[in-house]
Amino acid sequence: MQMTSMRRLMAGAALTVLPAGAMAADLEVTHWWTSGGEAAAVQELARIFTEQTEYTWVDGAIAGSGSTARPIMVSRIIGGDPMGATQFNHGRQAQELVEAGLMQDLTEVAEANGWAEFINPPSLLEACTLDGRIYCAPINIHSPQWMWTSHAAFEAAGVEPATNWEELKAAAPALREAGILPLAQGMQGWQTSLLLNAMVSGIGGADFYLQVYEAREEEALNSDTMRQIWEELAVARELSQGGNLSDWNMATNRLIEGTAAAQVMGDWAQGEFALAGQTAGTDYGCNIGLGGEPYIATGGDAIYFPVNSDAAVTEAQMALANVITGPEAQVAFNAAKGSLPIRGDIDLTEVNACTQQGLETLAAGNTIPSIDMLLSSDTRGQIEDLTAEFFGSSLSAEDAHNRYVQIVMSEM
Amino acid sequence: MSDAAFPTRAAAPARASAPRGRLLDGPAGVAPTRRMNPKRIMVYGGLIVFSIYYLLPLWVMVMTSLKGMPEIRMGNIFAPPMEITFEPWVKAWSEACTGLNCDGLSRGFFNSVAITVPATILSIAVAAVNGYALVNWRFKGSEVFFTILIFGAFIPYQVMIYPIVIILREIGLMGSVWGLVLVHVVFGMPIITLLFRNYFSSLPPELFKAARVDGAGFWGIFLRVLVPMSLPIFTVAVILQVTGIWNDFLFGVIYTRPDSYPMTVQLNNIVNSVQGVREYNVNMAATLLTGLVPLTIYFLSGKLFVRGIAAGAVKG
Amino acid sequence: MARSGPPLRLFQNWQAKLAATPMILTALVVFIGCSLWTVVYSFTNSRLLPRLEFVGLAQYERLWSTPRWQVSIENLAVYGVLSLILTLAIGFLLAVLLDQKIRFEDGFRTIILFPYALSFIVTGVVWQWILNPDFGLQHIVRGMGFSGFTFDPLNDPNLVILALLAAGIWQGAGLTTVILLAGLRGIDEDVWKAARVDGIPTWKTYIFIVLPMMKPVFATCVVLISAGIIKLYDLVVALTRGGPGIASEVPAKYVYDYMFGNQNLGQGFAASTMMLAAVLAIIIPFALFQLGRKRRV
Repeated sequence: MQMTSMRRLMAGAALTVLPAGAMAADLEVTHWWTSGGEAAAVQELARIFTEQTEYTWVDGAIAGSGSTARPIMVSRIIGGDPMGATQFNHGRQAQELVEAGLMQDLTEVAEANGWAEFINPPSLLEACTLDGRIYCAPINIHSPQWMWTSHAAFEAAGVEPATNWEELKAAAPALREAGILPLAQGMQGWQTSLLLNAMVSGIGGADFYLQVYEAREEEALNSDTMRQIWEELAVARELSQGGNLSDWNMATNRLIEGTAAAQVMGDWAQGEFALAGQTAGTDYGCNIGLGGEPYIATGGDAIYFPVNSDAAVTEAQMALANVITGPEAQVAFNAAKGSLPIRGDIDLTEVNACTQQGLETLAAGNTIPSIDMLLSSDTRGQIEDLTAEFFGSSLSAEDAHNRYVQIVMSEM
Repeated sequence: MSDAAFPTRAAAPARASAPRGRLLDGPAGVAPTRRMNPKRIMVYGGLIVFSIYYLLPLWVMVMTSLKGMPEIRMGNIFAPPMEITFEPWVKAWSEACTGLNCDGLSRGFFNSVAITVPATILSIAVAAVNGYALVNWRFKGSEVFFTILIFGAFIPYQVMIYPIVIILREIGLMGSVWGLVLVHVVFGMPIITLLFRNYFSSLPPELFKAARVDGAGFWGIFLRVLVPMSLPIFTVAVILQVTGIWNDFLFGVIYTRPDSYPMTVQLNNIVNSVQGVREYNVNMAATLLTGLVPLTIYFLSGKLFVRGIAAGAVKG
Repeated sequence: MARSGPPLRLFQNWQAKLAATPMILTALVVFIGCSLWTVVYSFTNSRLLPRLEFVGLAQYERLWSTPRWQVSIENLAVYGVLSLILTLAIGFLLAVLLDQKIRFEDGFRTIILFPYALSFIVTGVVWQWILNPDFGLQHIVRGMGFSGFTFDPLNDPNLVILALLAAGIWQGAGLTTVILLAGLRGIDEDVWKAARVDGIPTWKTYIFIVLPMMKPVFATCVVLISAGIIKLYDLVVALTRGGPGIASEVPAKYVYDYMFGNQNLGQGFAASTMMLAAVLAIIIPFALFQLGRKRRV
């Protein structure tokens, strides 16, 4: 990649206008995997892709979070300058692009390779399916419902590591006393809404979660449970006071340093712990559903392949779809990233305690659909704005709850 | 509108030989006082206080970029480094990562050059011809188009960014450097056209008439008579455009793809992709590197830069 | 502009028309065409892709009932007013100071104007560093013995606008200074002589005589600064990313996020149309004011 771009640059401006497909063996993959653990996972994927096929991985990383990167990806696809492949979260983020015929139909590759037989849970493939055709290759399962704890931080405060939300609340005064931030919470909207949604399933349970986000029942939305969840969110706001954090990995880093006690974040946080050489169970703890109702959402990332006029690129796309779902890439990528593989048939005896917990939850069928599968980007964005506003102001839990009900009810 | 919006234009012919000359003349204010008295002390004191406000960030940037991370963590951002290291500069230039691309800002630098050079040349060429046509070859409606153009300078880009995506798609330039060049030509046009229009209209009309009598045509007069005597205004336009295009972020992020991102976008990416700990020294070195080209132009061009933005701004 | 060009006949001037084609296309297709396109589609329910399904004013109703938009508008108003006043005040003060026949005028001017050569992204990154609570100003002042000192605008929703102002004025006030200085130098020497003969103190001359004479120059500055304020985007992205929470959101960012991020084009178009309306509300009175002034002259 660097070689190519350097060569192009040296050859002058005229060469830089070559369309992406001009070099048959290049496949540009855009994604927002830019934290340390994530970049390590991409490295694995790129390595395997280059080894197993004759094509070259051209990395198109876009820094920031998905909310920074997605606009750029979408504008390129609708602008008729598609990349070879791009990350999206499973679900409705790319639905309209698929409907508009801008995404490659992968049904043939999927059938030839028997995706339906090994992809587990099947809902992953369903999220990629529209009118019976398959349009994306799921690459991992990410569940956001985890509460991570730093054992060093709890030790410094002289309390047992919390294993659930209530224990964290109870330990908070002691932690503050020891100068430790009880909750490391990034202030970006997607992170604050992640916490809210983790509480919806962790406190309310799976049925409640579905009533709220799938059926969008007014009764559930206005229930005491929901009211309590917003009260808890206000508590979380208290516990995170003084953290001044924005990026999620900076928050995770506070746990690694032992200067913050807990963080509610997706399982991708494990990638950061791993990179820092920490061990699950001894250095850090993990609690599904904030230690409450043990459900995980089977969202995650999928790779979409925009329709391309270049036949060579299309071939490379199919090859990548195949590599992504293959066992080797699944093991290497997910181990580095801390996510769960999409295959039910691979041996994961060497995974750490936390991943093991995730796998067991998965095997027990304690899964729920991810927010991206249930809500449009528009509604999701409004919830993110609301929770961001909530954490960045003194908005009352009651007012925020009322606005939340309106936002969810407005989902079409 | 066009005539109305630019109050100083009426005075243009008077300045024919030295556009914006007044700015660089001596002060016209109170009588000179050479002795230091309380008033002078206040004047200098005020200027020095403001100079500190302006220079401090630059100082902090340079100092931070020369320190190692351990020193940053314990130290004072204003203090000079105890031990000077150029490591952050090397890292920012050629090693900082976004995803798998660990070639730092260097790629963004070359991309910015590949964008800025053609965009500057094209936009100035187009605008100079526009200004010339508007002054010497007015046609029915030319002032109307010009008025729209000036209005356009004030339309928020947000109103136009999406339809432009569609236009670029239709002409097949979306994502290419040339698409971005085109966007810069379009959005640079109002101010630069104005610059040239005002300059050309300040030249004595006899020049043009004489050339006409000699039988020179549209391009002949432009290339042989006007261009050679317009060097100052071309310099001003180059300064304006190079800094403007180099500093653009919004268009760069929307209309290009990652491998042709300009330096500003690359900078934002590097600063925002944190792998492990945030390396403030690398961030500052990257920031300085990104600002280096416009700063160099600014310091080298000195009064011309001032003249340029004053000319562009007073009338625009 | 009574300039004697060739007769205005179609065929005689075809080269000029051809040469002006880029300008005509830009004016008609981009500035008018694209703006109208956006306005039209702001009345539709376009989501990820533009489509012509009209929903009347629904997007606007939703826009104005969205707290984030309200916060954005409020921020822009507060930032706008403060930035306008401070930029003009600082600009004028500096211009007057520079106008005192001082030594090193070029040096001071160079210092005051250099940030204008830098991009908002660079400006934002630098100020983020200076205002960093753990290393920057707050840390320094605490280190000097004021351990209770708190100044953390980037993480305080009430103060975050100050951070934007400090950075924005740092970047832009130099331009105003230079323009106003040019205006000051344009004041006739006789005015000063007359004021001195009448024994009017210098500061009074500046405020009561010179200032009113510089109305047109100030008007230009106001328009320039306002146009910049409405476009405020890069600086927010680099300095605060809209945070903490939504405390420093601005309209331009709302437009961008809705158009591309939240996949609700109609909402983004409605918001950008409101921005357009705001700009017209500034530009048209200014144009009329200038027109009126010109007529009187």
